[in-house]
Amino acid sequence: MSHHIVQTRDLYFTYPDGTAGLAGVSFLITHGESVALVGANGAGKSTLLMHLNGCLLPTQGSVQVGDLPVTKKTTAAIRRSVGMVFQDSDDQLFMPTVFEDVAFGPMNLGLSDQEVEPVVTGALQRVDALHLKDRPPYKLSVGEKRRVAIAAVLAMSPDILVMDEPSSSLDPKTRRELIALLRTFEHTKIIATHDLDLAIQLCPRTIVLSEGKVLADGPTADIFADDNLLAQSRLEKPLSMQNCPRCSPNSSPN
Amino acid sequence: MHVVDALVSPAVGGTFWAVSAGLIGYSCKKVKSEMSDSIVPLMGVTGAFVFAAQMINYTIPGTGSSGHLGGGMILAILLGPWAGFLVMASILTVQALFFADGGILALGCNIFNLGFWTCFVMYPLVYKKIVGRGLSPSKLFWAAMLSVIVGLQLGAFGVVLQTVLSGKAELPFTAFVLAMQPIHLGIGIIEGFITAGVVAFVAKAQPQLLDVSLPPSDKPAFSIKLVTVSLLIAAVIIGGALSWFASAHPDGLEWSMFKTSGSEELDTPDNSVYTNLSKLQEKTAILPDYGFKENEVSGAESQTAESWPAVSAGTTISGLVGGLLTLILAFGIGILLKLRKKTQASATI
Amino acid sequence: MTNLGCLDTLARQDSPIHRLDPRTKLLTTLVFIVMIVSFDKYQISAMLPFAVFPVVLIVLGNLPAGYLMKRVLWVAPFAMLVGIFNPLLDRQALLHIGTLEISGGWVSFASILIRFFLTVLAAFVLVATTGFNTICLSLEKIGVPNVFVMQLLFLYRYAFVLAEESSRMLRAWQLRAPLRKAMSMKTFSTVLGSLFLRTTGRAQRIYQAMCCRGFEGQLHPARRFHWRMADTVFLFGFCLLFAVFRFANPAVLLGKFVMGIFS
Repeated sequence: MSHHIVQTRDLYFTYPDGTAGLAGVSFLITHGESVALVGANGAGKSTLLMHLNGCLLPTQGSVQVGDLPVTKKTTAAIRRSVGMVFQDSDDQLFMPTVFEDVAFGPMNLGLSDQEVEPVVTGALQRVDALHLKDRPPYKLSVGEKRRVAIAAVLAMSPDILVMDEPSSSLDPKTRRELIALLRTFEHTKIIATHDLDLAIQLCPRTIVLSEGKVLADGPTADIFADDNLLAQSRLEKPLSMQNCPRCSPNSSPN
Repeated sequence: MHVVDALVSPAVGGTFWAVSAGLIGYSCKKVKSEMSDSIVPLMGVTGAFVFAAQMINYTIPGTGSSGHLGGGMILAILLGPWAGFLVMASILTVQALFFADGGILALGCNIFNLGFWTCFVMYPLVYKKIVGRGLSPSKLFWAAMLSVIVGLQLGAFGVVLQTVLSGKAELPFTAFVLAMQPIHLGIGIIEGFITAGVVAFVAKAQPQLLDVSLPPSDKPAFSIKLVTVSLLIAAVIIGGALSWFASAHPDGLEWSMFKTSGSEELDTPDNSVYTNLSKLQEKTAILPDYGFKENEVSGAESQTAESWPAVSAGTTISGLVGGLLTLILAFGIGILLKLRKKTQASATI
Repeated sequence: MTNLGCLDTLARQDSPIHRLDPRTKLLTTLVFIVMIVSFDKYQISAMLPFAVFPVVLIVLGNLPAGYLMKRVLWVAPFAMLVGIFNPLLDRQALLHIGTLEISGGWVSFASILIRFFLTVLAAFVLVATTGFNTICLSLEKIGVPNVFVMQLLFLYRYAFVLAEESSRMLRAWQLRAPLRKAMSMKTFSTVLGSLFLRTTGRAQRIYQAMCCRGFEGQLHPARRFHWRMADTVFLFGFCLLFAVFRFANPAVLLGKFVMGIFS
């Protein structure tokens, strides 16, 4: 199943006002992988994510999803296979009700009313949010919004899930539930996050970005064990690896 | 200040509904053909922005509670005339439905007053002419200031005209104008300052946002606008004449009924011409003179009161009694329905 | 802003009125309002029977009458402000009850208030039984351009989000300016300016989110309206009733009848 790969080659991007976003990013992510994308604020995580589905197009270099290069012409096809969950769910849930929002994507794919109904129901069930179906998005809690936003993406049955800070502003329990939910997905996952503990739990592989470049790319456990690398990229060891007598995995049944 | 349903006549309300609907259709076409798809969420969110801004607005002394901050002008500057007009229309629609600001029938009037002058007259003819190509701070300031003030004056005048033409409020034209225009001059100056301030802030932080709203080709747009303007002025005149005609007969609908059935008394038309004339007098009178004219009118009143069916005292009293009874009946129906629902509910349990 | 939410919550109930096609309610309300405003300015009694329309809808639609009344009274001062000149300017005696003389101005003032009350109540009832989004979608069915309907939906959706944002900014300002009652105009326009920049940023992200899910310029709301027999009955029933009320003035007839019995 080589067609679910995501590959970038020497990717450069400069914003219209001259700010450099990316300065030579190359990596290859194969089918079914879960990859964490970490880095300080402004390291280029979000900019990189925007390239993976053609919201931004590279100034130089290329992005390839499956067999297709990401260009203006292929974005429609790319966006069917790359589903993106935004950081602020409010940006993503713009339709009057949860049902209509989840149906937005499938309707745009040209599905009929009868076909849309089971797709939407299925997607909502997948994230355990079917009971929210008729509610307007502004009446949902942050955690519920996040679930619905994920359902809205799942409804398009993408092969690759791209997420921007999925655990931000969630309370600890909701965060834990979300991690459990994400673990059940078999999609290729690319997750940009500051939550390094989430990265450990979900992603065997981590890519570290710093100032628009790939600083390191390898097994998550190795990367988070490298104190120099973490300091250089303005990160800190995740709590579960800090050998804290109370919270490290060795001493508590967490 | 809004025109309200209670004070508008169907002729005036209908005319401006038609005019505003036409403008909305035209603007939608323009937005669709000349701007990118991304303008649509921007329009919606900017409309929400105006609502949010009004929440802060209320704490400012001097603007009054119904000051519609920036209104059409700030929207025209930030989004361009067509999108700005549509957003203004949406804001007024939400206000009419949720806050009863204005009302459904008066919506057309309000969209016209607050959206048309600012987006289609002030924006191309004043704001863009002053600002030109560059974005110099002083030019921006004066362009925003001037267009807000004049736009608001025209809008306020529209309120007066529509209310007076509708003939429901007794306030004479001159007095109404003398009250409305200076108040709106004050509001306009404050809004002008704020509009200019916001525009200056945006120009400094993200000047490209303002560039987007300056369509590159202004020549063809202008001639089309000229055509629309003249069309609209014609529409206003026709609308005015229509409602004048409607007020010449106390009520257009009743008159057409009379015409088709011939059942009304013959002297009614003469009579209403008379009342119309006295109304005309009231409208042209300024406040101090009023007492004098009132005497004249009441001298002739004794003959006319009898023959005007709606005004005859006997009918009116029985009307009032009956009205109260029907009101009680209406509520009675409500209570009955409620009781029936309760018994049904308990029956199902 | 709370009013937006409240009316919308009411609209999500299930009742015979809520189940009607939104176009039915929209049209009937429009006819109702046109009928009301078409009365001449001294008319009072003939308008009162019209109260039956909002009353029936409030009861059948399970709406809290008290809350709606409060909302209406809250906006009443505006109509009073304009109408209050009538008694001052129009002092012709129009009505004699015993020795009491009532001038035309007071009659037309009362008439304005009744008009105001009925039309405003009808608008509130429409929203509370239908919901704003549904009204918008039915507008599209009636022929309003898609662009207009779409941005109306966006406006409504993000009014809540931005209201929260602006109240946060207001609070942040209050906490750091405890001695001031209100912002200076300079601060105010800066606050508004930055709120606007955040707004455009959000609009951009929303647009990206839409594109990510295959948006190509048209919104297809997954909602179908069904015009049923009940809609036809409702629309024509009420229109007929309005026509009878409008042209026959049952109030006067009833009043004459009752007074005839007692005299």
